[in-house]
Amino acid sequence: MQTTSDENLIGRIGGGDRLAMQVLYARHHVRVYRFMLRMVRNEATAEDLLSDVFLDVWRQAGKFEGRSAVSTWLLSIARFKALSILRQRGEVELDDELAGAIEDHADDPEIAMAKKDKGEALRQCLTKLSAEHREVIDLVYYHEKSVDEVAAIAGVPEATVKTRMFYARKKLSELLKERGIDRGWP
Amino acid sequence: MTTANESGRGDIEDLLPWHAAGTLSPRDAHRVETALAADPELARRYELVREELAQTIHLNETLGAPSARAAETLFAKIDAEPARAPAFSANLGARIRDFFAALSPRTVAWSAAAAALAIVLQAGVIGVVLVNGNNGPGYDTASAPSTLSGGGTYALIRFQPQVSAADITRFLDTNKLSIAEGPLAGGLFRVRIAPAKLAKTDRDRLITTLQTNQVVSFIAATQ
Repeated sequence: MQTTSDENLIGRIGGGDRLAMQVLYARHHVRVYRFMLRMVRNEATAEDLLSDVFLDVWRQAGKFEGRSAVSTWLLSIARFKALSILRQRGEVELDDELAGAIEDHADDPEIAMAKKDKGEALRQCLTKLSAEHREVIDLVYYHEKSVDEVAAIAGVPEATVKTRMFYARKKLSELLKERGIDRGWP
Repeated sequence: MTTANESGRGDIEDLLPWHAAGTLSPRDAHRVETALAADPELARRYELVREELAQTIHLNETLGAPSARAAETLFAKIDAEPARAPAFSANLGARIRDFFAALSPRTVAWSAAAAALAIVLQAGVIGVVLVNGNNGPGYDTASAPSTLSGGGTYALIRFQPQVSAADITRFLDTNKLSIAEGPLAGGLFRVRIAPAKLAKTDRDRLITTLQTNQVVSFIAATQ
């Protein structure tokens, strides 16, 4: 039940309206926090980054041109902040092979349990994806971003978004297969 | 499955995640729907996508929410920022003057023509509404729906920290509530619980009912 558009709020924030900032924060802070938490995997860090993201919004609202949805702009800022932290930690190059290296082994009781529950197994595999693959999966499925919006957030061409999504899903199938769940795709 | 089938399926298959999330254009969504109806293997793969979608939402929704510390830190930093120029509302007249001053004569002419057309259309719509609306006795007032800045009955609500945004949205929608202000100190929100000013007994009864909802941690009447 949103009575004021995000764009209107940003206009008011640009003029220094603190209440508009509170409303925008109330509307978006949970999703932005979760997006960054999935990237940095640390709650305290994600909370610190959350404050930084919205402080940037407060400072830069006057420059917002409305070329994308406000939620897309927020996620772009959040992504930049999270990647900066990952770079400081040296984790930004985490690729599929490295992600694969931290997966559980087949005899783990947890995996045996997971086989019984495909949904649980799928969720576990989602956490094992590389940062790049987690990001595209979350943006498409959870944050409901279109191809062009994901492209704007990730700073890549739309064709790359589709390719990245394909390989993220392919990796997901491979991880599930290692856990004894063959989806028959790809 | 033939290679020809696979290659023909490729473009559409790439769109399945966005189709499941409901973020495709109507045209692309129609293409996908048509392909799904004609290709059982594609339909099977679409079910895999829907599983991924459901579990991704589930995973994210279990991540919890940030503590009040994040908001406190943010607004403390904002309060420490240098003072801004007057807010948009205070500067509205100047902005409108600037806007029209920046337009070329040709743009102004086109805008005037468009505005005149809009007025004619609006008059037509109002006429139709009046003709169709007078089917019985009584009368309708011309007042606009009440807004958050108008009358109404309000309460201060704090939500349970572990509930998701989706739960809160559902709670608000189900009970026809609107957040008027917040978050305030202590994580409270000022919420309009009825569009009109309720009698105290009715208000208290409504608040008692809302109190029983699992998303509500605290609720009290307010102005």
